[in-house]
Amino acid sequence: MKVLVPIKRVIDYNVKVRVKADNSNVDLANVKMAINPFCEIAVEEAVRLKEAGTATEVIAVSIGDKSCQEQLRTALALGADRAIQIDTDQNLDSLHVAKLLQKVVEEEQPQLVILGKQSIDSDNNQTGQMLAALTGMAQGTFASAVNVDGEKVNVTREVDGGLQTVALNLPAIVTTDLRLNEPRYASLPNIMKAKRKPLAVKPAADFGLDLTARTTLLKVTPPAERQAGIVVESIDELVEKLKNEAKVIS
Amino acid sequence: MSVLVFAEHDNNQLKADTLKTVAAAQAMGGEIHLLVAGHNCQAVADAASKVNGVAKVLVADNAAYEHQLAENVSLLVTELAADYDHIVATALTTGKNFMPRVAALLDVAQISDIIAVESSDTFVRPIYAGNAIATVQSLDSKKVITVRPTGFDAVATDGSAEVVALDKATDAGTSSHVNDELSVSERPDLGAASVVISGGRGMQNGDNFKLLDGIADKLGAAIGASRAAVDAGFVPNDMQVGQTGKIVAPDLYIAVGISGAIQHLAGMKDSKIIVAINKDAEAPIFQVADYGIVADLFDALPELESKL
Ligand SMILES: Cc1cc2nc3c(=O)[nH]c(=O)nc-3n(C[C@H](O)[C@H](O)[C@H](O)COP(=O)(O)OP(=O)(O)OC[C@H]3O[C@@H](n4cnc5c(N)ncnc54)[C@H](O)[C@@H]3O)c2cc1C
Repeated sequence: MKVLVPIKRVIDYNVKVRVKADNSNVDLANVKMAINPFCEIAVEEAVRLKEAGTATEVIAVSIGDKSCQEQLRTALALGADRAIQIDTDQNLDSLHVAKLLQKVVEEEQPQLVILGKQSIDSDNNQTGQMLAALTGMAQGTFASAVNVDGEKVNVTREVDGGLQTVALNLPAIVTTDLRLNEPRYASLPNIMKAKRKPLAVKPAADFGLDLTARTTLLKVTPPAERQAGIVVESIDELVEKLKNEAKVIS
Repeated sequence: MSVLVFAEHDNNQLKADTLKTVAAAQAMGGEIHLLVAGHNCQAVADAASKVNGVAKVLVADNAAYEHQLAENVSLLVTELAADYDHIVATALTTGKNFMPRVAALLDVAQISDIIAVESSDTFVRPIYAGNAIATVQSLDSKKVITVRPTGFDAVATDGSAEVVALDKATDAGTSSHVNDELSVSERPDLGAASVVISGGRGMQNGDNFKLLDGIADKLGAAIGASRAAVDAGFVPNDMQVGQTGKIVAPDLYIAVGISGAIQHLAGMKDSKIIVAINKDAEAPIFQVADYGIVADLFDALPELESKL
């Protein structure tokens, strides 16, 4: 079976983003970018399914300008077989991303689409679920275990109360949580090999979708900064402060 | 104008966070209806009818909704959505799971995890792990919104809304529930506790989390953890606090053996008072802590327990 893995180029998770002085957005100039960590887990899971003989082909797809080819090459180095860049410099709503992915799903007919549960820039946690709705597929979100079993896939999900396992008809959508796997590091030979793997570029405009923005970003401001407090010298002092100064314990 | 709010529950109890989501809905304007979708969930419907500000409680009690599978619940909510301007759920795992399906079925964008309502179409939400705060206007005629509970104060529960039973059974037939492995704890919910004490990688193993128990007992606290502690298998996933785990804002948050990575801070930095116990004076957690103590946690925790 084919596995499709949509991935996103985002700020590196170690970087603390800054807001632009004019409050129009965050400042991404000269900031280190990387594959969204949850997307990396998705690639790893797909590659493991291939290594286990369950999947036959792993296709990575990313929607963005030319720069996201760098992350597609990362996915190829991690073991994806080929890649598709849907070219656009528009900042799309998740709904549009899902609609573009729906077109890719119609074309490629994957049995499983594995996505990250959220991207660490917009923190929306939407695309996988939206794609599932548009394609009429079942979804296993926030997955910590994925087991393909004949015509079904069992997905164990990280939920507020603990874990929940659901059985989904294939084709299905899975979104990854942190415990699903630990992504490998790409080896140098695999990074070299990835450069020769196929990467198709398709203009977003060619899909015939109305991609008019559904939201307007009015402003972006820095969060209220917390003032660093004091370092206390002893547990006695800590307890005294919590009781008498902060008044949060009695 | 009217607002449909999805009630968070487990078929027995209405989750307290729903009261905060109703507060957010009040700020959007219009009559509020609370939807209870579940199975054998009469107790929840009764509790829902007492939520202030709610005009009507809609109860969809059917086996198709027992486990609130996203495929089935999203069909129900999408059907009901015709009568509402705003469709609102709490940004917990159930709402996060099914709401984007509703948005896509309605062909509208979703605004996730709002912490404030500016007007009926403009909302405030954190992005980049809370390192930036975005004000977003929805251009769609219907608004699909999830609410971060820490952003709102709960409404009271001395109301008396009309309860209406719905005859619905939308079953997509594409998914089924296999089993739950839920954590059982006598302690308050992480999201609802006024005191939270969390352990990180510095705790070294799951057994050492017992050092937090005595303190949690004395303070009536919930126990949380960093991602590193969950990944290492010290504690279950539902204890993770952070950008991609649970968001908490208690009166008192005590971080023990936690370095203070931005992803962890995203889940707790709106706490009223933050205490950090860490042996590394340079740990970033001290930059957000009101009270820090540079100490080995294996000395500090037993002493703290004895002095409370
Ligand atoms: C996509 C993504 C999502 C993430 N989401 C989350 C999230 O939701 N929540 C989260 O917490 N993290 C999250 N992280 C992980 C985050 O980046 C950090 O790796 C993690 O928070 C570190 O956990 P920690 O502070 O327990 O461990 P460490 O960073 O290893 O810190 C351990 C601390 O313990 C102290 N210590 C050690 N021994 C002792 C002792 N004996 N006494 C006192 N102090 C001691 C050390 O000085 C150190 O400061 C995420 C990361 C990514 C990439």
